[in-house]
Order: sequence, then C-alpha cells, then structure tokens
Amino acid sequence: MDNIQLENTEPVLETTKLNSQKKLQLWLKNNLFKDWKNAIVTIVTLMFTIYLLANIGKFLFASEWNVVTDNLRLLFVGQFPIEEIWRLWVSLLFMSVLLGTSWGVWRGIIGHVAISLGALLLVFGILPYTENESKVYLFSCIATIVVFYFVGKYVPKLKIPMLVLWILYIPICLSIINGFGVLEPVKSNVWGGFLLTLVIASVAIICSFPIGLLLAVGRRSKLPIIKYCCILYIELIRGMPLIMVLFIAQLLLPMFLGGIQLDNVVRAMIAFTLFSAAYLAENIRGGLQSIPRGQFEAAQALGLNNVKVMIFVVLPQALKAVIPAMVGQFISVFKDTSLVAVIGLADFLGMGKKIAANPEYLGKYMELYIVIAFIYFIFCFLMSHVSKHIEKSLGVGTR
Amino acid sequence: MESVFGVNKLTTPLTEREDIIKVNKLNKWYGDHHVLKDVDLTVKQGEVIVILGPSGSGKSTFIRTINALEEFQKGEIIVDDIALTDDVKNIEEIRKETGMVFQSFNLFPHMTILKNISLAPIWVRKWKKTKAEQIAKDLLERVGIPEQANKYPGQLSGGQQQRVAIARALAMQPKIMLFDEPTSALDPEMVKEVLDVMKTLAESGMTMLVVTHEMGFARQVADRIILFDKGEIVEMGKPEELFDNPKHERTKAFLSQIL
Repeated sequence: MDNIQLENTEPVLETTKLNSQKKLQLWLKNNLFKDWKNAIVTIVTLMFTIYLLANIGKFLFASEWNVVTDNLRLLFVGQFPIEEIWRLWVSLLFMSVLLGTSWGVWRGIIGHVAISLGALLLVFGILPYTENESKVYLFSCIATIVVFYFVGKYVPKLKIPMLVLWILYIPICLSIINGFGVLEPVKSNVWGGFLLTLVIASVAIICSFPIGLLLAVGRRSKLPIIKYCCILYIELIRGMPLIMVLFIAQLLLPMFLGGIQLDNVVRAMIAFTLFSAAYLAENIRGGLQSIPRGQFEAAQALGLNNVKVMIFVVLPQALKAVIPAMVGQFISVFKDTSLVAVIGLADFLGMGKKIAANPEYLGKYMELYIVIAFIYFIFCFLMSHVSKHIEKSLGVGTR
Repeated sequence: MESVFGVNKLTTPLTEREDIIKVNKLNKWYGDHHVLKDVDLTVKQGEVIVILGPSGSGKSTFIRTINALEEFQKGEIIVDDIALTDDVKNIEEIRKETGMVFQSFNLFPHMTILKNISLAPIWVRKWKKTKAEQIAKDLLERVGIPEQANKYPGQLSGGQQQRVAIARALAMQPKIMLFDEPTSALDPEMVKEVLDVMKTLAESGMTMLVVTHEMGFARQVADRIILFDKGEIVEMGKPEELFDNPKHERTKAFLSQIL
C-alpha cells in the first residue's frame, strides 16, 4: 500500500551488496511490515484483494459470453442492412490504407495507433464467433495496414496527400455509406451500435474544433458585437445540460429551420458539435490568456497583422498549452455520445441495453457491459496516449 | 565603407540630413495620469539618441508610441513621412520600417532561432524562404552566434537571446531601431556582448532610439542624449554637454544618483 511508504522516512539499510532474496526480505520489511500497524494494514488489504480476485475469477469462468458473440453485428453496426454492409468495410479498408501509409511516413505515435487498432481487428478476426465474410475483411484490413506501412516508408512524398485525405476521410466515408448519390443511400435511422458512436463522436470532435477556436478568439475581440455574441453563445450552452441541448436540437431545431428536413442523427451531430464547441472555446481561451503580452507585441512590432500574429505566434503556443484540456473534452464527447439514447438512437451502449433487455439473454448483461466498457476504454485510452505523445514531441525547446 | 548590417551609411553631417522621425506636442494619458506631456522631438537619419530618466518617467512609453504599441491622445508622430494615425495600413507600414528590441527579448519560444528571424521577412516582406533564411544566417553571423541557428530560444543564454532579438528586428531591414532597455534583464557579464552589437550597429549608420541605463554606452555612442522626467523632456544635448555640464536641476539630481 502506498500510504505505508510515506512512513518510510528512517534511513533504509544499505541494500546494494545483499543478494536478491535478502533484498526482497528487506524491501518487504521496510515497505509492508515496518511496525504492527503497518503489518495489520498490509494483511487486511491483501485478504481483501484475494477475495475480490477470487470473485472476479469465479464470474469470468462461470459466465457465458454468447450474449456478446451472438450479437456482434448488432453491437457494432446496429440494424445496418446486411447486403449493404460492404460499404462500411470499404470505409474501414480506406482507413487502413490511410493509417498504414501515415504510419510509414511519420512513424512514432501513429504506429501505436495502427498497432492497437490492428490488434483489435486481429482479436475479432481470430474469435470463432465472427462470420467468415467479416473475417476476410478484417484480415484484409490488417494486411492493408502492413502493406501500406511499407508504401509510406519508401514514398515519404505522401505526407501532404495523406493530410488532405485524413481531412476528407469523414466526408468520403459518409458519401460511401450514402452510395455516392448513385446507389440507394443507407438511411441513418438504421445506423447503430459502435458505428453510430464513432460517426457522431468524430463529426462532433472535428467540427467543434474550428468553431471553438473562432469562439475563443472572438471572445477576446475588441469589437463589442463579436465579443458579446461569443460570450452569449458560450455562456448559454455552458449553462445547459447536454441532454437539454440534445432535446433542443431534436425538437426546436426543425421548427427554427422551417421546411428544411434534417434526420435524427444529423441533429444529434449538430447538438454535440455546438455543445462541445462552447467548452472547447473556454479551454482555448485559457491557452490564449497564458500567452504573455510581450509575444503579441514582438509579433506586432515586426509588422505582422493581427491574423498572422494569431496564426504564427499565439495559437501554436496557446493550443499546445491546452492539449490536455482539449483531449479531455474530446474524450468526454466520445463517451457522452451514449446520451443519444434519450432521443431514440441506439448507439454502442444503447444497443447493449437493448440486447440486454432481450428475454433470451436474461441476466447476462454483465458480460455485455464488460465488453462494451473494454472497447470504450481502448479508444479513450488511445486518445489520451496520443495526446501525451503529441505534447511531448511539441515540447522541444520550451522554457 | 561597406556597412555590416545592410544600412546605407550617410557621410553628410547630421544637421544637413533629412528628418526621419518627427514628434510634435505628443500627449498621452492613462486614465487621469498624464504620462507624456507635450513631447517634441526630431530625429535625423542615422542619428543615435539615448533616452535617460528615472523609472516611471515615461521614456519607455514614449518609444513604444513611435511604433504604435501604445496609443496617444494628442499630438502628431511622423515616421519616414508616414503619419501615425488609427489607420491600420499606416501602422503596419510604420512597423515595417521600425525594428524593436524589448527588455525581455520576447523571442517566439516555439520556433527555432532561424524561424524566429525569418518569420516576418517571409510573411510581411514576402521574400522567398531561401532568401529570408540566407539573410537570417548572415545576421546571426554578424551578431556572433551563427552556430545557434537551429536551436530554440530556451536553449540560449540571455545575452544570446537578446542578440537574436536584435537580428530578428534587423531582418526586416528597418530604417529605425527602437531599443527598450535592452540590457536591463541581463546578467552583468552578458551586458557587454549586447552593447557591442548595438555599438557596431550604431557605427554602421542605423537610426537608433535607445532607452537604457548604461551610461558608458550613452556617452560613447550617442549623438544626442535626452533626459526624461515626469513625462516631459527635461534636457537634451550632446553627451559631453549633458554629462559634464548639466543645466537643469532635475538632470543634476538624476545624474548624481546614477553616476
């Protein structure tokens, strides 16, 4: 236990010359059994841990996972029509191309992402419950990542095309799903499960960033109209619970827009984008305020105009300072998408709930939720892992 | 003689040269506080002016109004025949022609030294990247730190940073250089390296306005010395006149405290 180490202030015996068994004994004595209070805490904690582990083990062995394996498709794509599912696989293959090439071109952190996602695909590829057709797709995705890794490695010129393709990735995918206007589009009311979570979260994250940036800069503007509009917007949104913003987008937005019809999923995307933009704006404003006045003055004195001062001098420093806060916001957007259940959409968690409600799988919701939690965790952890690396790599030469 | 900093050195005597800065009845208030009171000053091309005065006397504020980092409420400033008004175009024109060096260096910490120097030439002067970087390298050579080009400001000593700041201002090839207490934030052993660069710059014919407390520099380099107190010019004259034979009581008081 950690709290015991705090008491470890006396000079510890010199351990360097002793053999490893003696070292272990000494370590145990110094850290876990220093005096009788210490020993009691250690023993009680140990017993409790064993008890917990035993129960977890019992649950894992006694549980039946067929509730998950039978419903893999529902969990991941909802009621997406089977005959059109190839469109999703094409999108995933496209992503594998981009990921593999970017890994080859940039190495480093993108490799971590590629390997983690590849491993996840591999797990589902190996599981006996996955359908054969899906297995083919899964393994071809993995192969694509590897092949394009080498392509990227030997053709470093691909950097700029890669950036462009990444920016266009979501629009391209959405148009694949909608059949390029040639094929019959797959209506968004059948999107569900992890697909829906991913689509809403990524659209919200990507769109809220520029909006948040403009709001943050606008809030510091010298023009009162811009300034007060931004303040009004930010404070209004921050003063409302997310569920309410969702309801507003759901019920009031169609009214405000008059004749323009927006489907449910688009309304949810708008709600999340608007909500997240307000919080991002405040995060970014914090970063802007951390930039000393001298930086503005030095840039202005060189003759840079206000826009260039922002782009070249202020924003790079401000955004770097708030990467942790921004990624925190992105992660919470990703998880908050589970709230779309209240407006009748079946996202990843919502789909899990629906499956658990099926009498056939009565009482087996734990297995289901564990798997869902695990996949949420992988994605959130990847995001924070990537952000930590970006922070580190941008930290060169800081004061 | 070829100038080391790309300045055209004039050989005509100071009195026959054209005015490059004209300040007329300049007044500035911070709320009720009257910071600048009817300041008049004319600067000739290639002239080096050192501004002395106790802290809070308005000397920094004065040179910051010249490139519009501070606003003023009354009076007139004309820099290189451009009148300083609220017009953003004019302000940007004037800033292109006036380089500024700050007490706290204000280098951009997220850029390498080379990028720091070449940023404005590329995006304001619209020079090609190769040209701007070549000029940046030349300038680094002249301020004596060519080997630091690819480091970040945080990896340099204070004296080196201030020399980079001077190079950054010079890269825009300004006609005027403003120095706002350039050595006040430096450790004593680094003051000399910065003053040496400034001295070379002055000898090359640059028009300079320097706010400083370095009396040796003032006496040696300045063409004219101005003593500021309570927002007004108390006394103005050649270094030897002002140091050896001050006329005004306030000048005497200030010099007795400093020397």
